[in-house]
Amino acid sequence: MTSFLRKLKWPDYLILAVLIGFFGYIWFTIEGTLNYAWRWHLIPSYIVGWHTGREEWFANILLRGLVATIRISIYASVLALILGTILGIARCSTNLTVRMLARTYLELLRNIPPVVVVFIFFFFLSQQLIDVLNLERWARGIARQENNGVWEFFFGEMRRFPSLVSGVIVLALFESAFVGEIVRAGIQSIPRGQREAAKSIGMSRMQEMRYIVLPQAMKRVIPPLANQFITLIKDSSIISLISVYELTFATVQLVASSRLIFEAWITTAGFYFIVCFGLSRLFARLERGKKRAS
Amino acid sequence: MTDRTPIIEATNMDKFYGDFHALKDVNITVHKGEKMVVCGPSGSGKSTLIRCFNGLEFHNSGTLVVDGIEVYEGAKQIRALRQEVGMVFQQFNLFPHLTVLENLMIGPMKVRGLGRTKAEETARKYLDRVHIPEQADKYPSALSGGQQQRVAIARSLCMETRIMLFDEPTSALDPEMINEVLDVMVELVDTGMTMVVVTHEMGFARKVADTMVFMEAGRIVESSPPEQFFTNPSSERCRLFLDQILEH
Repeated sequence: MTSFLRKLKWPDYLILAVLIGFFGYIWFTIEGTLNYAWRWHLIPSYIVGWHTGREEWFANILLRGLVATIRISIYASVLALILGTILGIARCSTNLTVRMLARTYLELLRNIPPVVVVFIFFFFLSQQLIDVLNLERWARGIARQENNGVWEFFFGEMRRFPSLVSGVIVLALFESAFVGEIVRAGIQSIPRGQREAAKSIGMSRMQEMRYIVLPQAMKRVIPPLANQFITLIKDSSIISLISVYELTFATVQLVASSRLIFEAWITTAGFYFIVCFGLSRLFARLERGKKRAS
Repeated sequence: MTDRTPIIEATNMDKFYGDFHALKDVNITVHKGEKMVVCGPSGSGKSTLIRCFNGLEFHNSGTLVVDGIEVYEGAKQIRALRQEVGMVFQQFNLFPHLTVLENLMIGPMKVRGLGRTKAEETARKYLDRVHIPEQADKYPSALSGGQQQRVAIARSLCMETRIMLFDEPTSALDPEMINEVLDVMVELVDTGMTMVVVTHEMGFARKVADTMVFMEAGRIVESSPPEQFFTNPSSERCRLFLDQILEH
């Protein structure tokens, strides 16, 4: 810390002073003009609450939202990785139709705002899918069962299961386009000689892809995929618009009922930041470790 | 050594890359068990020619029959053909994510459907043949260029093909490693395998070639037995080329 302070020159102090002044002004405006009554002490109880009747701690709305966000992000990433890999391979296909279809999907998703995409996917795709599969009734059935602890652990409240499914599908479809581009870049980064060597020992295009190109490509794209995972966590806040229960949705509800506008949103921002920043540090460290090992 | 059954037969073969005329009316016959060495200045079409032999490139007109299979773009038997024709590349092209042993086993296992034990046995046999049995569990990046190329040769041998193509196998190697690779190739000569080698190693060519081929600007200019090729080539252009590379 002291060595850090010693590194600071006078321009640094000037910049810091301007920043402090700026934020001080905003603080002053909120305090003075809005006459906002801060009630930070209420926030912890919305993270972990004490149930007086049952005499036990329970995860309250914000923590449940955070867990739901993590859950959705994990499922959506797995699905996006599968879809994206297929898409990436399709983009490198020798078949023109396959290539054009993949390209169309990608360009549509890249050039339509995510919120619009989410609504379209929700109404046109996942709602229909849920109706067709009759998920609504199935989930309610499980929700009524006594012993649904395992289900709840993996999927949260079972009566919300259909909305979780549509959230995961929508998010995965959206992110798969970007995962697909990453995978395509990985596939195309493998030197031509590798494919030729695979061909020359008689491999089919499928085998060449599966045993030679993909294993090398996937290893190369792990860092950008990890970044895409972090982006996905942030993008998951969009699906609160289709009433999927996750952190942002929980915060909207909390704000509506408790009027803790600033406190709740700052806390939520903190949650997202901790998760995403933590993951990005973790990935960076893993990558460094791997570089040293190889 | 060579019987007179043709195993590769090209007639009036032409090949274009866009406007570039890479092979011009090429006629060539390789017989079963024959060792053919192809040389010529860079850009003369040597690599293109042998890459046509296993369907890595396709000619635009004329006919090419390899091991009884007619080669053309979209031919159903291209895979069957490639299983019978091995190829060693200038840049080795080993699979970097697999160990040496796995590099040798993947072809026999996935393409030929051999069991793991049988494939490993074959792999070790050919690794012995190229004199690096001790490198079996290393990754290619840990090997020297000469060792990598010998692994690449072993990888082709594991497919137990009857025809082997070598595309400038020593051009990417440091001088001190060239001989270890050439020695392995010389040892292969006695197995009766058909070999087509693109190389500028004239010492090697003199030792093993049954036929010398000289190409220039997409044409086969000279095709003759080595005694005649080196002492009394019929074309002036070939004589000049030989003077240039034999000077050093």
